[in-house]
Amino acid sequence: MSIPTRHFDALIIGAGGAGLNAALQLASADVHVAVVSKVFPTRSHTVAAQGGVNAALANVLPDNWHWHMFDTVKGSDYLGDQDAIEFMCREAIPTVYELEHAGVPFSRLDNGKIYQRPFGGQSQDFGGDQAARTCAAADRTGHAILHTLYQQNIRARTHFFDEFFALDLVRDKEGAICGALVLEIETGEPILIEATAILLATGGCGQIFRTTSNAHINTGDGCAMTLRAGVPLMDMEFYQFHPTGIAGKGMLITEGVRGEGGFLVNKDGERFMERYAPRAKDLASRDVVARSIVTEVKEGRGAGENGDYIYLKLEHLGANVIEKRLPGIRESSRIFAGADPVSQPIPVFPTAHYQMGGIPTDRFGRVVIPAKYGAEEAVAGLYAAGECACASVHGANRLGGNSLLDILVFGRLAGKDIIEYVRTNHSRRETDPVSLEQAMARLTRWDHTGEGVPAHQLRAAFRKCMEDHAGVFRTEEVMAEGYKKLGELRECFKDARLGDQSKVFNTARIEALELENLIDVGLAVAVSALHRKESRGAHSRPDYPKRDDVNWMKHSLYYRDGDRIDYKPVRTKPLTVESFPPKERTY
Amino acid sequence: MKVSVYRYNPDVDKRPRMQTYEVRPVQGMMLRDALLEIKKQDESFAFRHSCGEGVCGSDGVNVNGKNCLACITPITELSEPIVVRPFPGRPVIRDLVVDMTQFYEQYRSIKPYLIRNDPMPEQEIPQSPADRDELDGLYECILCGCCSTACPSFWWNPEKFHGPAALLQAWRFLADTRDQATEERLDALDGPYKLFRCHTIMNCVEVCPKGLNPTRAIGRIKDMMLEKGL
Repeated sequence: MSIPTRHFDALIIGAGGAGLNAALQLASADVHVAVVSKVFPTRSHTVAAQGGVNAALANVLPDNWHWHMFDTVKGSDYLGDQDAIEFMCREAIPTVYELEHAGVPFSRLDNGKIYQRPFGGQSQDFGGDQAARTCAAADRTGHAILHTLYQQNIRARTHFFDEFFALDLVRDKEGAICGALVLEIETGEPILIEATAILLATGGCGQIFRTTSNAHINTGDGCAMTLRAGVPLMDMEFYQFHPTGIAGKGMLITEGVRGEGGFLVNKDGERFMERYAPRAKDLASRDVVARSIVTEVKEGRGAGENGDYIYLKLEHLGANVIEKRLPGIRESSRIFAGADPVSQPIPVFPTAHYQMGGIPTDRFGRVVIPAKYGAEEAVAGLYAAGECACASVHGANRLGGNSLLDILVFGRLAGKDIIEYVRTNHSRRETDPVSLEQAMARLTRWDHTGEGVPAHQLRAAFRKCMEDHAGVFRTEEVMAEGYKKLGELRECFKDARLGDQSKVFNTARIEALELENLIDVGLAVAVSALHRKESRGAHSRPDYPKRDDVNWMKHSLYYRDGDRIDYKPVRTKPLTVESFPPKERTY
Repeated sequence: MKVSVYRYNPDVDKRPRMQTYEVRPVQGMMLRDALLEIKKQDESFAFRHSCGEGVCGSDGVNVNGKNCLACITPITELSEPIVVRPFPGRPVIRDLVVDMTQFYEQYRSIKPYLIRNDPMPEQEIPQSPADRDELDGLYECILCGCCSTACPSFWWNPEKFHGPAALLQAWRFLADTRDQATEERLDALDGPYKLFRCHTIMNCVEVCPKGLNPTRAIGRIKDMMLEKGL
């Protein structure tokens, strides 16, 4: 088998905020770095982030990183690792200033400083009054950041492989991961990219669910590659349903709407969040608000013909605020809900949004696995950052504004750590032909023609099944049935067939390859969820309604081989401050 | 509802053709939904798309003669038969997928990044809300390419004329009070082609799915050049 091969010091898979921020560090330090992306970089899903990025700049209200840390630990329902959280909240401040220096067009306050808005789960003074911590560029913050990072990478002359799809990681003869086999989408030809260090920055997996705020490309590719390499995924049962997706469609309506003063009402016009979260109301944590909405609908207080959504009202903010601070939302609502929020409420319902779990890493982005002896060890040369990674800073529930922060902080840090790594590890490792063949098999299995299920039908069935059996509320019965069905679909996959065998820009083939990733990652979510017998953060079980810190304050690890589950302890000790012990979580 | 799409697969087709599909319209259907419906019927049909909400800029196409983003174009706004073609003037890779290399090269060539010579402050570089407002209508560009591939000047001189998308970004940085490369940027735009091939035809303004106005931005650059006496 002769496959064209390229060599780099560092290979980054994914060109969203995490990948591009890492690439920028590397290219600026003259490290020979390649970025592989299945879409042109500015099409990556970071572009869709709306509300903003959290940093305790204290531009609007008093704030400091320690309060931010408290909110994040509490938001995580005490499952987040407190050393990583402290680190992220401290790094937030220089990270946002660095972005501003790079050119991000943040909205501004009268004194010329960066505009900050209130977001859910934010407080001053460890649970006191509402804070305003989210730095925003109107409601297009992700777009502004992603484009700026791409622009800076143009300046730094980063080498891009645009529209190349990563098939699988490959290993050398000693078993060390040494590169990735990728497919050039335009030609349909594979190439092998070998590198000393590899960073997975492939984003989330929202496409495992039918209704999602995530883009078509969010298929958990990096997570699935990691699983196939024998590395477990961590805390995958914690999947965030964003409270306000456009009803029936799933497009995101930012939490910033509520941050600016918008609120939710049921069909009777009641501000029902006052009942569920008397203090924070509409700005309670996302898991709390999503459950409240689903409960309202289940109990017959949903609006609309079928009573299956509730309303997000913001008319009272006035046309000026809406046009200035939420222009993108106004546009989306008009187009997809047929409602101009200046005069009409937006029909909303929770939508699959964000994976809190992912590839286990330490706070430098190094992928870590349980060690034979001792706690855990790093996988040599393998890094992960962004939504696909789990540091773990979000624990069981992520706070709004912390995802852009996560990708930027850990993308940057992973980049810096890789610089050191490639400087001390020079020797070039060669891909083992057996490993390469295994990776190639992922591609060539679609060359089989004849009878079989069309891949796209299987994709639709799988996503529906995930939605029905791993949603906002999860019982043993529903999940066990779901696991059985998902297992059957995984079996069906063996007979899945691709009708179109052409090479040039064959999107059906890419989707078939993505399907395998969706199945692997979807099963990780379903199996991890089935095992966790408590309610914590986004994982809500009516049959185990309480959080159980005695038995369950631990991270899940899912292995693809035999759907095996293992656990590891939560790191409750921060770097420099006192630990926040678990407390009852109310808003 | 009949949707006629441009088909060309270099692996099997000698020449391009139009193929008509029957698509059942549903309430709130966007053109992208219709194209996905066609893909369900015929998986060999290729087009780019991703976010489905008009922010990633992947699914620019030419429908009934006008460039648009498929995901935010309601089919009710289109008269039948709906005819969908790839962007005009770009080499076709397959079906609706075109080669955008030249478009991206023009974008890269205007140095689309903030240039500052002063040392960076410890905190943010201050900017007044009014100065920041100057960037509205500029930074929102999603690089979909609807404008440049609708521009006759770009059709004729895609290697020499920057095109509306790149020039909009050129102005985005000239208009940013934090940027300190005004003269360098203006110098680089001098000459008969890069900027001055714009003949204010304004197709760009008509087709921009984000409601941006590259023609006005180009005018502002020209004004600035006059002001600076270049």
